[in-house]
Amino acid sequence: MESKEFKNPVVSWIDHRLPIFSFLNHEANEYPTPKNLNYFWNFGSLAGIALVIMIVTGITLAMSYTAHTDYAFDSVERIMRDVNHGWLIRYIHMNGASFFFIVVFIHIFRGLYYGSYKAPRELLWMLGVLILLLMMATAFMGYVLPWGQMSFWGATVITNLFSAIPLVGENIVIWLWGGFSVDNPTLNRFFALHYLLPFVIVGVVVLHLVALHRFGSNNPLGIDTRGPQDTLPFHPYYTIKDFFGLSVFLTFFAAAVFFVPNMMGHPDNYIPANALQTPAHIVPEWYFLPFYAILRAVPDKLGGVLAMFGAIAVLFVLPWLDRSPIRSARFRPIFKIFFWLLFIDCLVLGYIGAMPAEGIYVLIGRLATVWYFAHFLIILPVLSVIETPRPLPQSISQPIFSAAGGGLAGAMSAPKEKVE
Amino acid sequence: MKRFLVSLIGIVMSLPVLAAGGGDTVIRQAEWSFSGPFGHFDKASMQRGFQVYREVCAGCHSLKYIAFRNLADLGYSEAEIKAIAAEYDVEDGPNDEGEMFTRPGIPADRMPSPYANDNAARAANNGAYPPDLSLIFKARPNGADYLYSLLTSYGDAPAGKDVPEGMYYNAAYSGHLIAMPQPLYGEDVSYADGADDSIDGHAKDLVNFLAWTAEPFLETRKRTGVAVLTFLILLVGVSYGAMKFIWSDVKKA
Ligand code: HEC
Ligand code: HEM
Repeated sequence: MESKEFKNPVVSWIDHRLPIFSFLNHEANEYPTPKNLNYFWNFGSLAGIALVIMIVTGITLAMSYTAHTDYAFDSVERIMRDVNHGWLIRYIHMNGASFFFIVVFIHIFRGLYYGSYKAPRELLWMLGVLILLLMMATAFMGYVLPWGQMSFWGATVITNLFSAIPLVGENIVIWLWGGFSVDNPTLNRFFALHYLLPFVIVGVVVLHLVALHRFGSNNPLGIDTRGPQDTLPFHPYYTIKDFFGLSVFLTFFAAAVFFVPNMMGHPDNYIPANALQTPAHIVPEWYFLPFYAILRAVPDKLGGVLAMFGAIAVLFVLPWLDRSPIRSARFRPIFKIFFWLLFIDCLVLGYIGAMPAEGIYVLIGRLATVWYFAHFLIILPVLSVIETPRPLPQSISQPIFSAAGGGLAGAMSAPKEKVE
Repeated sequence: MKRFLVSLIGIVMSLPVLAAGGGDTVIRQAEWSFSGPFGHFDKASMQRGFQVYREVCAGCHSLKYIAFRNLADLGYSEAEIKAIAAEYDVEDGPNDEGEMFTRPGIPADRMPSPYANDNAARAANNGAYPPDLSLIFKARPNGADYLYSLLTSYGDAPAGKDVPEGMYYNAAYSGHLIAMPQPLYGEDVSYADGADDSIDGHAKDLVNFLAWTAEPFLETRKRTGVAVLTFLILLVGVSYGAMKFIWSDVKKA
């Protein structure tokens, strides 16, 4: 990057020694971005904003929260009742976790549909999967903090999974708990880690962005940009588009926070934790349900745990499972069908995760689990070989034929950005 | 230990998962002033609900998270709140001699609990624990209708259903057998304002009161929400216009 001349002498002086302004100018102002991005490209910046919202509200909550089994539940109620706007801060944090996951899930499916994980963006994709893992760990430990019934029993069930590890499993669980059951030491360390992990996420997000800015965004056509006629400077074109996306996101978010703040939570978490009374139904937060379904689909405990982690592991190696050189599903007619089948499969898994593990649900859960893995381990590798892609346009600005595909992108993008 | 935990997980995971009460419970529905985006509390009804709580439920159920000063939300004046608080004996101390002592309550005190501790509460109720009612409205699915139904659905068990000693039949309760004896019969409390004092009236007043104890900031929340949403919807329009304006010089292809 070249040092640039700035009008303001102070900025100029600093930039000469510490080229931070050149850097920002380069990354935000000049950063060339494909001109044909649709609204699915809004979700990355939304995820970043959601992370900031979580950190700001989280630190504010931590100022009044007490990480002790005797006081945690009461301290959260104090936040709700006695801290100025405490109810608002807590409801934002509580619902913010759900919205963060909604945004990230859409972001991930966007990547799956448009082949954003393919070369040269493999590391970018893998860093994203790492962020998902860290988010899951953070949200799981955060949910334990208010020390309600679901906090306690969810923590008990999930930490117990580690006892499935052969030989050392039981010791690992005791080590995780800091004792012989989920108790005060567990709550304390979960709070410490819940405070720490979001900042680790920030670090990985920075790496994610560095990797992104190396080759720039993928786009709905999945072809590389071929020069200035294909791109727009990020600012003002995509800053305003992201701002518009943000205002839509905040509208939905505010509707949840102010009108149905407990819709995505579980009523049992308003009952203080009680180690002697198991709730009738232990359910994880909704964003864990598909993974929970996979966990329960395998009759063997260790197998279930491996399958659950395997569900994320296949995402890690996805760039090497799907070897098709064509990125966008728009030009892969068969892949496109299987993409939607996978999407439905994930919804089915989510539904099964919320249902009792009995009768027909067990069977459906198993089939959906098998399908999930088959998609990544069999269908994608085979498709990369046998599928005949549709012809690709020559460039973003000179398509050789009219309106490619439609589908996911065509239906959602504003007319202006459609390539016609 | 391990075997216990493994079997525990087995049990836990095989239990039906969705929170849905007891399957065949009968839930009655009513209109509530606090529901909907413009919902608000009915203060007169909350005051009556508070009265029923004090005269009927407070013998068994605490209301830990409520301080007397909070009663201002129900429309009581400062003097009235002082008078209400003073009717309670509150334990305080230790004093300069190191002794605990009782004194009349003041507005800053939380409502005293009927039992010294959970074990005392169980001992007095055949081993069943009467839960704190502050959050009960949010701690049950469909809180308003559920509480209303629970309080009005006592009755005779259908033929063939065994009701053990110390249990009572209630069509709204999960499993239909509850350890709480029927608390309301109608005309349990005489209302100064001549409002409906049937069992139905009492129950509705209690629900209005308990909705407030669980979510005292409900009105502020909804009022703020309407303002915030109005602003955001305008912002969506403005930012959409700005986006279209900025993008207007971009050629489509
Ligand atoms: C004689 C003592 C007693 C009185 C008076 C009493 N309750 Fe209860 N209540 C109990 C007990 C004991 C339980 C626990 C029942 C069980 O676990 O089966 C209970 C449970 C409850 C529950 C929880 C039900 C559930 O879903 O788990 C609610 C709500 C409740 N009472 C409300 C009230 C209200 C409102 C009043 C006043 C109108 C009241 N109670 C009066 C003893 C009492
Ligand atoms: C990746 C970002 C984060 C996620 C996904 C997340 C998630 C969660 C979740 C799901 C809860 C439980 C909410 C509830 O049911 O009450 C929670 C609680 C909490 N979080 Fe976070 N959190 C994040 C960041 C932070 C940060 C940075 C802090 C700062 C210390 C923090 C502090 C707290 C505290 C104190 C609570 C307990 C209070 C409460 O339960 O409302 N969080 N978090």
